[in-house]
Amino acid sequence: MTATSYGWLVLAFPLAGMLVVSLSWRVLPGRLAGWIASAAILGSFVSAILALIDMQDLPAEERHLVDSAWTYAATADFNADVSILIDPLSVFMCLVVSGVSFLIHVYSVAYMTGDHGHARFFAYLNYFVFSMLLLVLAANFVLLIVGWAFVGAASYLLISFWYRRSTATHAGIKAFVMNVIGDVGLVIAAFLLLDHTGQLDYLGVFERAPEVFSTNDSTIVWACIFILVGAFAKSAQLPLHTWLPDAMEGPTPVSALIHAATMVTAGVYLIARCFPLFDLAPTAADIGAVIGTATLVFAATVALVQTDLKRVIAYSTMSQIGYMVLGVSAAAYGAGLFHLMTHAFFKALLFMGAGSIIGAMAGIQDMDRMGGFRRAMPFTFVTFTIGALALAGFPLTAGWFSKDEILAYTLNRGGGFVVLGIAGYLGAALTAFYAFRMVFRVFSGKAVPEAEELEQGHLAHGEPQNPMTGEVEDTDVGFPGPEHVVAERSWPMKFAMAPLAVLALVAGVVGIPGVTDTLEHFLEPTFESSTYAEDHPSTSSEWVGLAAGAIISIAGIFVAFTFYVRRRGITLDLRDRYRRVHDFLWHKWYFDELYDAVFVRPAATAGSFGRRVIETDVVQGFIVGGATGVVRAGTSFARAIQTGFLRAYALLLFFGAAALLLYFLISSS
Amino acid sequence: MDIVWFLVLSAFIFVIGATGVLTRRNPLVVLLCLELMLNAGNLALVAFSRMHGNEGGQVFALIVMVIAACEVVIGLGIIVAMYRNRLPIDVDEMSELRG
Repeated sequence: MTATSYGWLVLAFPLAGMLVVSLSWRVLPGRLAGWIASAAILGSFVSAILALIDMQDLPAEERHLVDSAWTYAATADFNADVSILIDPLSVFMCLVVSGVSFLIHVYSVAYMTGDHGHARFFAYLNYFVFSMLLLVLAANFVLLIVGWAFVGAASYLLISFWYRRSTATHAGIKAFVMNVIGDVGLVIAAFLLLDHTGQLDYLGVFERAPEVFSTNDSTIVWACIFILVGAFAKSAQLPLHTWLPDAMEGPTPVSALIHAATMVTAGVYLIARCFPLFDLAPTAADIGAVIGTATLVFAATVALVQTDLKRVIAYSTMSQIGYMVLGVSAAAYGAGLFHLMTHAFFKALLFMGAGSIIGAMAGIQDMDRMGGFRRAMPFTFVTFTIGALALAGFPLTAGWFSKDEILAYTLNRGGGFVVLGIAGYLGAALTAFYAFRMVFRVFSGKAVPEAEELEQGHLAHGEPQNPMTGEVEDTDVGFPGPEHVVAERSWPMKFAMAPLAVLALVAGVVGIPGVTDTLEHFLEPTFESSTYAEDHPSTSSEWVGLAAGAIISIAGIFVAFTFYVRRRGITLDLRDRYRRVHDFLWHKWYFDELYDAVFVRPAATAGSFGRRVIETDVVQGFIVGGATGVVRAGTSFARAIQTGFLRAYALLLFFGAAALLLYFLISSS
Repeated sequence: MDIVWFLVLSAFIFVIGATGVLTRRNPLVVLLCLELMLNAGNLALVAFSRMHGNEGGQVFALIVMVIAACEVVIGLGIIVAMYRNRLPIDVDEMSELRG
C-alpha cells in the first residue's frame, strides 16, 4: 500500500467509527461505544504512522502525493476533486490530531461513564476527529472548506452536548456563529484565489500564485486577510475569540479535544499550509503576527484573574495559539508547528487533570472553592504540575523548547518583530505566573472538605448543578450524568494522562537547537520553497533565547509561589488596591459586553422592532388584515342576501328575470 | 285570431301564478301556482308554434309538461316528507338556509 491509501484509511476509521456507534447505539452494552470509538481513532493513528513510514521512503523532493477519489465537480476550466494531499505537514498534523485524540477518547470512556448520552458523545467525538482529519488532509480548498465547516458543526454539537443546559446551548450557538464568520472569510479567500489563478488545488494555486501576483498585490493581500479571518475564527484569535472560553460549557474531554488536538490548531495549520501565499503578501503575514501577539498578551492578562479553572486553561489556550500564529506568520513554520505539537500534549494533559479535579469537586469549577488536593490526588497533582511546567516553559520541558524557538525566530526577523518578540516574552512571564497560580490554588494550602473526604476514600457527591448559574439540574439525558470520576480511581484516565505527561516533559527532544532539529528537517520538504527557508536564527542565539525563557519562566513561577503559598492573601490586597484593573481583566477586557452592545443588542432590537411593528402592524394589520377585511366585507354582504326566506329568493329571481327581459327588449328595439 | 290575445292570456296566467308563488305560504299552493306559470309558458309556446306554422313550439310544450310532472313528483314528495316529520307546512318557516 502506498502512503495515500494509508491517508484514506486515516479518514475511513473515524468515519466508520462514527457510523457504527451512531447506528447501533441501542444494542451496544455499557462502555462498548466508547471503546469502539477509541479503537477507530487508534486505527487512524496507526494508519498515519504507516503513511509516515511510506512517505519517508520517498526522496525528499517527491514527498507531496496527491490522490483523488472522485471528481466532485467538473467544469470546463478546472475540476474540484475529492482528493487528499500527503506531505510532511499533513502527516504531521494527522499524527498529532489522531494521537492526542485517541488518548482523549480513552479518557472520555471513563469520564463519561455515567452520562446518559454516552454513545451519542462518542459518535460526535469521532465525527469531530474525522472532520479535523479531513481538514488537514484535503488537497484543495473545496475539501478544506468542507472539513472546516464540519469541524464547526461538530464543535457546536459537542459544546452544547448537555443540551438541556441553557448556558451550554448558548455557548454552542456562539461558537457556531463565530465559526461561520470564519467560514465565510475562507470561502471568499478561496473565491479570490480561484478567480485569479483558476485553480483550487493547493499545489496548483501555489504554483500559479507567483506568476499571477506581484508581491503585496492588493488581491493577494486581501485573499490572505480573508484566510486569516477564517484562521482567527477557528483559532480563537482577536477579535473572534469570544467563543472559546464559553466553549468550556461542553464536557471536559471536549474542551481537551477542541483546545489541544483539533479545531483551534486548524487556523495555525491553514496559515502554515498557505505559506506561499503569505510569502507573497508580507502585509497580511504582518497583520497575522501582530494579532497573534496581541491575543497572546490579552489572553494571558485575562487568565491572571479568572477563577473558573477551565476558563483559565481556555485563556491559556488562546494565548498559546497566539504564539503559534505569531510563529507561522513570522515564517517560523517549523517552530510554530513544533509548538502546536507540544501544546497539544500539555494542554490535553491540563484539561484531563482539570476534569479529574472537577470530578473530585463534584462538578464545581471555581478555584476559590478548591485547595489542598495534593495529598488526596497524587496522580493528578503530578501530571497537572507537569502540564503546568510545560505550559510555563520550565527549562527542559517540551514547552520551553517550542515557545522559545518561536520567539527566537521572531527576534531574528528584526525590525518591528523585535517588539512582538519582547511582547512574547512578557506573555511568557504572565503564562508562568497564571499556570502556577492554578497549581498552587488547587493543590496547596488547606484541604477543602472535598479533598479531606477524598483522602478518607469517599468521593464528594454534590447536588448536580450548573457551575455557571448554580441552577440545580437533574441528571437525565441532556444534563451531566450523576457520577463523578477522578483519575486516581479510573485506569483509562491514568492510561491517557501518563503518556501525555511523559510527552509534555520530553517531546522537546525533537527540536533541541543545534542538536536534533528533527521536526525542522522532517517538515523541510513542505517549507523549503519558502522565501524565509534559509532565514533562521543561529544556534547560539537560540540558546540565548532559551536561557532568557528559562529565567522568565522560573521568575514567573517564583512570583506565583510568593503570592499563593508564602504570602497567601496578598492577592486579595492587590485586588482591592487595583480594583479597576482587576475588574477590567475580570470582564475579559469587556469584549463580550462590547459585542453585546454593538452586534447582539442592535440585532435583538431590530428583531423586536420587526416583531412588534412590522409583524403586528404591517403584516398582520395591513396585509393580512386588509385581505381578510375585504373578504369579510364581501361575505357579510353575501350573507345578508341569504335570508332563508324562500319567497324572497323567488322575488329576486323574478326581478332578475324581469330586468334581463327589459334589457333585451330595450337593446333589441 | 290574432296571436296577441293568446299572449295576453298567457301573461295573465303567468302573473297570477307568479303572484301566488310570491304571496302564498302553503307549499301546496305554491306548487299549484308553479304549475300555472308553466302552463302559461306552454300556452305561449303553442301560440307561437301556430303562428310560425312549425312544430318546434309544440315539442317544447311537451317537454315542459314532462318537466312539470317531474317537478310535481319531487315537490309533492318533499311536502309529504315535511308532513311526515311533523314540520310546519309553511315555506316561511323553512328558513334554515339563512346565512
